[in-house]
Amino acid sequence: MTSAINVSGLVKTFGRVRALDGLDLHVDTGEVHGFLGPNGAGKSTTIRVLLGLLRAHAGTVELLGGDPWRDAVDLHRRLAYVPGDVNLWPNLTGGEAIDLFGSLRGGLDKRRRDELIQRFQLDPSKRARTYSKGNRQKVAIVAAFASDVELYILDEPTSGLDPLMEAAFQECVREVTRRGRTVLLSSHIFSEVEALCDRVSIVRQGRTVETGTLAELRHLTRTSVSVEATRPITGLTDLPGVHDVDVAATHATFAVDSGELNRVLGYLTQFDVRTLSSAPPSLEEIFLRHYGDELVGAR
Amino acid sequence: MSSSRTGTARLARLALRRDRVQLPVWILSIAALGAFAASAIGTQYPTEADRLAVLRVAVETPGLLIFRAAPTGTSDGQMTVFGILAILALMAGFMSTLAVVRHTRQNEETGRTEMIGATAVGRQASLTAALAVVVGANLALAALIGLTLAGNGEPAGGSFAAGAGVGAAGIAFAGIAAVAAQLTQGARAANGMAAAAVGTAYLIRGLADAFGDVQPNGYTMTSAWPSWLSPIGWTLQLRPFAGDRWWVLALPLVCFAITTAAAFALAARRDVGTGLLADRPGPTRASAALLGPLGLAWRLQRGTLCGWAVTIVAFGLVVGSIGNAVQDQLMTNENVRGRLDDLAGGGGHEAMDSFFAAMMATIAVLVAGYLVQALLRARAEESSGRVEAVLATATGRLAWLGGHVVVATAGAVAMLGLAGVTIGLVYGASAGHLGGQIRHLAATAYLQLPAVLTLAGLAVALLALVPRISMGLTWFAFALSFVLGPYGTLFGVPETVRAISPFSHVPSAPAEATAAPIVAMSAAALALGLAGLATFRRRDLVG
Ligand SMILES: Nc1ncnc2c1ncn2[C@@H]1O[C@H](COP(=O)(O)OP(=O)(O)OP(=O)(O)O)[C@@H](O)[C@H]1O
Ligand SMILES: [Mg+2]
Repeated sequence: MTSAINVSGLVKTFGRVRALDGLDLHVDTGEVHGFLGPNGAGKSTTIRVLLGLLRAHAGTVELLGGDPWRDAVDLHRRLAYVPGDVNLWPNLTGGEAIDLFGSLRGGLDKRRRDELIQRFQLDPSKRARTYSKGNRQKVAIVAAFASDVELYILDEPTSGLDPLMEAAFQECVREVTRRGRTVLLSSHIFSEVEALCDRVSIVRQGRTVETGTLAELRHLTRTSVSVEATRPITGLTDLPGVHDVDVAATHATFAVDSGELNRVLGYLTQFDVRTLSSAPPSLEEIFLRHYGDELVGAR
Repeated sequence: MSSSRTGTARLARLALRRDRVQLPVWILSIAALGAFAASAIGTQYPTEADRLAVLRVAVETPGLLIFRAAPTGTSDGQMTVFGILAILALMAGFMSTLAVVRHTRQNEETGRTEMIGATAVGRQASLTAALAVVVGANLALAALIGLTLAGNGEPAGGSFAAGAGVGAAGIAFAGIAAVAAQLTQGARAANGMAAAAVGTAYLIRGLADAFGDVQPNGYTMTSAWPSWLSPIGWTLQLRPFAGDRWWVLALPLVCFAITTAAAFALAARRDVGTGLLADRPGPTRASAALLGPLGLAWRLQRGTLCGWAVTIVAFGLVVGSIGNAVQDQLMTNENVRGRLDDLAGGGGHEAMDSFFAAMMATIAVLVAGYLVQALLRARAEESSGRVEAVLATATGRLAWLGGHVVVATAGAVAMLGLAGVTIGLVYGASAGHLGGQIRHLAATAYLQLPAVLTLAGLAVALLALVPRISMGLTWFAFALSFVLGPYGTLFGVPETVRAISPFSHVPSAPAEATAAPIVAMSAAALALGLAGLATFRRRDLVG
């Protein structure tokens, strides 16, 4: 499989602030790649480097087989971008802005544009200054998806959308992936990432701390288990990989490292299990595990 | 304190903090300009005879009075009032209107008002705080002007009357800006409306002085009645050093009271973020003309361009019609000729050429002001983040910035032509040789182009090299060129210092033009512009 985005060891500093500190990001062609990280982790900065808006200080950056700084104009014909902060010209109407972006990118599909405006229930005759935050975002989303390009770079595209519009957005992403397009999706909305993404990369303080499919990431974390047995449960705390044990005679809840799950289940059979439920870790839990110390700590 | 004003003090402190550099720079610059002009009078016109001579010419030359004021006498203080006071009031007007809009409409536009409004502050607090800060700034300005003039040895009464006149004009314009900020939808439109009010007030005052009555002594005059309609007219009607009519201060203060009352009433009736002039639905599709970097730049700049073009044409009409009066004067008065030449920068050329050169120099400053504003629009696009989405499309950096440069420069070229043709038409219509006059005056106007473009080149270079401070630096360079150029002779600035300003190198008539300064300035403009474009290609975007 070829890769759409290939970033390794990316460094970007602003004065004394080291915004990116050896970041790696690999996005395969045709996948939806989730880009996660706490506020200020460097997601938007990475995206700006990918778009040739900022210049990398060190590391290699490859986008659609080209150099995002040197070949910016040619590469931009093949991608569409939704910024995190959608700033439109106050005097232009939404419709005008959509057409303008489409034309600057090298043309857009008129039928698809109208269909998307319908789907997102956008009034294209309003001046941008009168749009709400969500409506400004819709303008950027419609402008992006009305162009048929190879790569969509979306920086928190749905942070202001209502649930109905969120669904419409997810539908758009599925449509383009069905046609083999690539999507890089930075987002703080876990349900969205879980629903859409094939793989995710988690960044923190300018470095990639985790990358892989959701299943792979789950494997690295704990499953929570709740069990009811006929005989009193004992000795759980002595098993390796078992945490947060809470035993009340025949009932127990605990968390177990996913790699140890099989052995723990074998151990439990001696107490004659009657019911057992287990929940795989949600993305949110994975996320919190990575940032737990940070939440308490520095920022 | 009424609940709708709760939190005013806190907001005022916030506004002061935001303006801790900007307002002091304005106040000090205006006061310094006044002090400089006052101290130059003694060296420039040392004897009573010098003063009488220059005032005698001035009262007979309406075109000059537009930029000075109706003379009230020959003392140092009176000469200072004649030379600079109207311009100080004009600058106080701009300081005040920009500050009021900055702390009201612009806050609203960026959403800051919402965040503040959700905290424990009253609805009217933001406007009250803005007005308090601006009134305070004008009081400081008034005191500073009074102190510097008095320190220069002028009578204290007149010095503080002059300061109060300038400060009061600033306060009156603050009220006008407060109304403009309520009426329009955006800060840009509010600034435009308020600036138009300041400019109009200046022009009305100028015309009223130009068409005033000369007193029997032959060198002082009283302005025509429209002077009483203009806040800048009031500054001069206060007659500092010539009677100090303090009661005239009541006029700007009443104007301030009425306009702020209107602004508060309007503010109470409208919602945050909206104006009274509501938005109508616009086109749902973009016209083909918009689709491209050039089309976008044109769309963003055309409003500014139209506003300035109207100003330039109005100015051209006035200059052209005054040209006839000046011509008559020159026919009859030998002495006038020499003095006029002095005022136009010296050199002993054709008298009418001197007059038009002096007018063109002012027009060139206006056109340069437009050009700087239009080019800085590109910087505003960058700092607001709008440019990111544009440069993320297949639009290159050169195409984007080039689009703004092309539209702005073409606008400046068109405006100089418009000025030349308008003056030529009006002047030629009565003076004869219509076609020849138009050609001659258009050529005179275009002599200013290299100087105007030099400032434009500097603007592009600065916004590429030092984006964060480019706005302030560029306007500073503009103000410096303006003060050292067309007005430099008036303040007695040494030639070597005046040479900093590109406007000091403009020949006064096509016949006088030598290739060297034109080539040098064009080359400098081109080099600066290209350096700017090349740098912008290679740097990070800066918010
Ligand atoms: N132009 C700049 N100048 C200085 N520092 C900057 C600049 N741009 C970003 N930074 C810093 O770089 C770091 C990364 O910022 P970035 O915007 O990439 O974060 P992010 O992951 O997108 O955060 P969020 O989730 O809040 O959008 C932050 O510490 C930020 O303060
Ligand atoms: Mg971000």
